[in-house]
Amino acid sequence: MNRNHLYGAAVAAAFVIAGCAMMQPAPSDAEARAKAAAMMKASFKEKGQAKLDRLTQDETQALCSQYAGKELPKDVATKIEQANLAAIKYPSDGKYLGDWKRGEQIAQRGTGFQYSDDPKVPSGANCYACHQLTQQEISYGTIGPTLYQFAKLRGYGDDIKRYAWGKVWNAEAFNACTNMPRFGHAGILTSAQVQDVVALLMDPASPVNQ
Amino acid sequence: MIRSIRPALAVAGLALAVPFALAQGSAADEIEKYRQALQDGNPAELWEARGEGLWKTPTGPKNVSLERCDLGKGPGVVKGAYAELPRYFPDADRVMDLESRLVWCRVTLQGMTEADAKRNPFGGPDRKSDLEALGAYVTGESRGVKMAVSLNHPKMKEAYAVGEKIFYFRGGPHDFSCATCHGEDGKRIRLQDLPNLTSKAGAQKGYTTWPAYRVSQGELRTFQWRLNDCFRQQRFPELEYASPASVALTTFLAANANGAAFDAPSIKR
Repeated sequence: MNRNHLYGAAVAAAFVIAGCAMMQPAPSDAEARAKAAAMMKASFKEKGQAKLDRLTQDETQALCSQYAGKELPKDVATKIEQANLAAIKYPSDGKYLGDWKRGEQIAQRGTGFQYSDDPKVPSGANCYACHQLTQQEISYGTIGPTLYQFAKLRGYGDDIKRYAWGKVWNAEAFNACTNMPRFGHAGILTSAQVQDVVALLMDPASPVNQ
Repeated sequence: MIRSIRPALAVAGLALAVPFALAQGSAADEIEKYRQALQDGNPAELWEARGEGLWKTPTGPKNVSLERCDLGKGPGVVKGAYAELPRYFPDADRVMDLESRLVWCRVTLQGMTEADAKRNPFGGPDRKSDLEALGAYVTGESRGVKMAVSLNHPKMKEAYAVGEKIFYFRGGPHDFSCATCHGEDGKRIRLQDLPNLTSKAGAQKGYTTWPAYRVSQGELRTFQWRLNDCFRQQRFPELEYASPASVALTTFLAANANGAAFDAPSIKR
């Protein structure tokens, strides 16, 4: 084969490749998701406490990403809620309530787990970013529902305390693909901090219930 | 009386002194008035002027200016170029946003290494960023131009589709995605209104007002910075400057803003 033949073959091959590229349709949903996951792994770099493993999704994250912006099928929602419900750790001593004043500080604090944060400083829960909680704090967000008078409206009983604990620990157990982080499950808050936040919601003396 | 305006998802708090009580509901109006008051004499103009100087000044190992840089509308055409970015560039055989293209031109025209071309992307008080100044200049030349990002090329279609998946990707300890904060109308974090970037109107409002001079930082920030700092607050690792994921996500958001008049560099709190 002479040089011209080789050149001709190369040109033909290039046309075929270019032609395929031009005819290529937009990627399917699953292809786009796979490409996004791979592209993200190549586009982020670890910094401070934020390592690349944060881009590895657990099943809940993967399913909620897959169905985001669409209707979540009932069986998928049930699967997510049951798995997360089974993972809730309730307080071993049966004590749901800590100190609402410390809970208020945790609700106000927005730092923790960012690469710019000191990992030695306890995380906040930043409840006010998304929820109204008290009348005193008017700088609250609206991504989540109001929690003002949480227990005053629902009751102060053990069943409600247990529900509040579960919701703060792992909100995916009650509302699949909620925007709310799984504060206990993901280790954002310690058990003692969850007790304090539950006290903010449940203590009759808390400003939440005034 | 506002007792405290604290970080929202650790967003730097609203850095404005409000001299009187804000009733709920009127807070957003008052913030809007504050923004309008700032519009007269936006310091972003300083970045635009410095960027124009940098664009026209010979520099780099090859000692040439960026005046032959092709932003998609031909070498040296800056007017209206940003309103059509990101786009597919045949010379690089990939989709590029403005910042990626600036890096490309600094490497190919001016002879810089890629590392040098990407150095100091986000400025601070003692180290102004040339990339931010160049971004201010180029985007300012699209002010008033309607966003017209074309998705005709297959690689643009792919970037858009992948960018959409990145937008909805939940990860990290908090399970956050872009959509956590930017997926519904009428939401706010603390007192900060959040554009719904999944709606046409929201994407138009959000995208066309970047870059912005950030009063709280005293710096002009381009869209790459906006994405970088959102992912920090999402508790993700650091998004690399001009990385493929950043360009894909920008493609998704920019194309959703199509049809709206570009209106930046703006000024934000």
